[in-house]
Amino acid sequence: MTSILLQNIRLLNPEQKLDRRADVLIVGGKIAGIGENLDAPEGVDTRDGSSWVAAPGFYDMHIHLREPGATHKETIETGCASAANGGFTGLACMPNTSPAIDSAEVVHSILWKSQNLPVDVNVVGATTVGRKGETLAPMGELYEAGVRMFSDDGDCVRSPEMMRRAFEYASQFEEAVLSQHCEEHTMTVGFAMNEGAVATRLGMPGYPDIAEELIIERDIRLAEFCGDRPYHVSHMSTAGGVESVRSAKARGKTNITCEVTPHHFLLTDEAIEKYWSNAKMNPPLRTEEHRHALLDGFRDGTIDAIATDHAPHALSEKEIEFPNAPNGIIGLETSLGLSYTYLVDAGVVSLERLIELMAINPRKILSLPIPFIEEGADTNLTIFAPEETWRVDTTKFLTKSRNTPFNGWELKGKPIGVVNRGDVVWSGL
Amino acid sequence: MNLPKLSVRHLLGIRELSRDDILSILHVAKHMRESYLESGNKGETLQGKTIVNLFVEDSTRTRNSFHLAATRLGASVLNVTGEGSSLSKGETLLDTVRTIEAMDVDAIVLRHPAACAPHFLADRCASAFLNAGDGRHEHPTQALLDAFTLYERWYDATDPEKSGFEGKRVTIVGDIAHGRVAGSNIHILRKLGAEVMVCGPPTLIPRGIEELGVGVTYNIDEAIRSSDALTMLRMQLERQKQALVPSLAEYSRLYGVTHHRLAQANDRGLIIMHPGPVNRGVELDSETADSEESVKLRQVANGVVVRMAVLAMLLQSDI
Repeated sequence: MTSILLQNIRLLNPEQKLDRRADVLIVGGKIAGIGENLDAPEGVDTRDGSSWVAAPGFYDMHIHLREPGATHKETIETGCASAANGGFTGLACMPNTSPAIDSAEVVHSILWKSQNLPVDVNVVGATTVGRKGETLAPMGELYEAGVRMFSDDGDCVRSPEMMRRAFEYASQFEEAVLSQHCEEHTMTVGFAMNEGAVATRLGMPGYPDIAEELIIERDIRLAEFCGDRPYHVSHMSTAGGVESVRSAKARGKTNITCEVTPHHFLLTDEAIEKYWSNAKMNPPLRTEEHRHALLDGFRDGTIDAIATDHAPHALSEKEIEFPNAPNGIIGLETSLGLSYTYLVDAGVVSLERLIELMAINPRKILSLPIPFIEEGADTNLTIFAPEETWRVDTTKFLTKSRNTPFNGWELKGKPIGVVNRGDVVWSGL
Repeated sequence: MNLPKLSVRHLLGIRELSRDDILSILHVAKHMRESYLESGNKGETLQGKTIVNLFVEDSTRTRNSFHLAATRLGASVLNVTGEGSSLSKGETLLDTVRTIEAMDVDAIVLRHPAACAPHFLADRCASAFLNAGDGRHEHPTQALLDAFTLYERWYDATDPEKSGFEGKRVTIVGDIAHGRVAGSNIHILRKLGAEVMVCGPPTLIPRGIEELGVGVTYNIDEAIRSSDALTMLRMQLERQKQALVPSLAEYSRLYGVTHHRLAQANDRGLIIMHPGPVNRGVELDSETADSEESVKLRQVANGVVVRMAVLAMLLQSDI
């Protein structure tokens, strides 16, 4: 375990109303002291933190580790290394692995492989067996293994009847929350991108925005019908989705939550002609109108969390003709910089709100403890330099894959490192 | 003749061509028609060149037309299909094309079911690419041959500043959403100065089509009355299975062009085009398909000369 002294660093945690500049001494995985001009004990790694912020460790609640089943794209180890490099101390991995995460055995194997890594891994379990939408997954067994969130991510639970029963069945587990990849599959057969003027111009089969909006509204109504069950919308991309979540919250349903990815609040379907398959994902990039609705959702607090939907694919899989390329882009090593640049620096949200979106709310939705920055607490910190500009360079990434449209982008807000339990990882970005 | 240069080194789509490019191609096609097709001369413009027809999706008509165009100019042609190639063994399209290129070829004519497949390859390979249809996106030589067929009628050599399309209205009828013909034809007609309408069931008109600068009508009689030319698209049986139209009979009843409907037609000298193959009794009745308004065989002949023009211009500009 490394001991470090961060001198004159800005400590920021809106959850504990903390915003002060001080020295922080970390010894043996615990915060040993916070104060002015702390003395560095023998052998302590001392760093000048005067241009840095230390916040509760950032948490990405929607990523694909690809293990088991597709370890040529990513492994638990490389995914967690990528997360730490990007400034995250925790992540939730999605169940569309092979086999799917629908049994305690798969959950245990992922947790076992991640136990000595510097990033906390929480496992999202499948809602239905094999993510096929036919029979409920053994939620009790999964819950006992540590699962708190259930989702058939990659696919939507098609049947409203099945989704109703999932809400009802999950209600016996106190901290369980259902999440959904919201896609009315009958309306998206063979899609390559968002339906609209750009798809018409490019001759691509489209995925209409309404196909996402219908499911979001359906599920919110079902969650209420089943006794105000908690429900979380995955990677929301549409104006109608923002409106549905906003209106649920206005009815007092604070357990209806949603996440948005950096690529959906930054790019539109116009980006496809520039980045091709590195701009192909599900849900697809939408239009400027939807993008602005997402920014409004950030402004008024409708959107609870930023998640990347980190979806690694090998170059050989992505480097093919657009409609046949797999969906998804990586995101762990660009999320902090993109979010800081285009939300905080652009004046959409405050820095405190960014910390809620990236560190606090994801843990609340998953019923995880919120890290505090106080003497005696276990260390779980993200350190970043808000004013530092840097250029995204995929050769410095630790993920196995390189499928990102953001290579070469100049960003403000650079991950410096993470401290989690006894591990200190300095970012190489 | 001295071949004018194009502003592009591939023929990916009509969208990438300027009005001058299009007019140059039509002008060269006219020369090709007069000096080769009508006089029966054999050309040597492309002597020593090798052109590959890579048809990952089958299309006998278009492949034959490209084949004849290339051989009439003296090029040698290699035909590769998806079935017989390494693509059926799991090789990627990019590897297949790079393998073909390694054998020293000059141009690749590609038909592929994925939209923008030739655009993807053109960014990564050295050959000149000619798009022979990519998914439901573009089919530029079809649009050029359709435009050339109209150009033969409408171009006035005494007024060479004009394309002849100014003030003309062309209506594209049928399945606009799934047809690549519509995608390319809209661009070429707009660039040449024509007014463009699309006509078909609302389920087969894609969203955002107005942003391409076209009008929409659901009334075939109005389309017939007000147009100088109709481009009829082939109606496919599978649209019925996808619940996009109730039946071909219903489609024909609402959108079929028949000699009865033409009887109340206009006095503009209506031209009826069809890229083929025709579903007789669906989009056209037999009387109309074989009428003097119908120019579908002239289109087929013009397909060869337009492709000769494009091949000659693209490969010459390589020298």
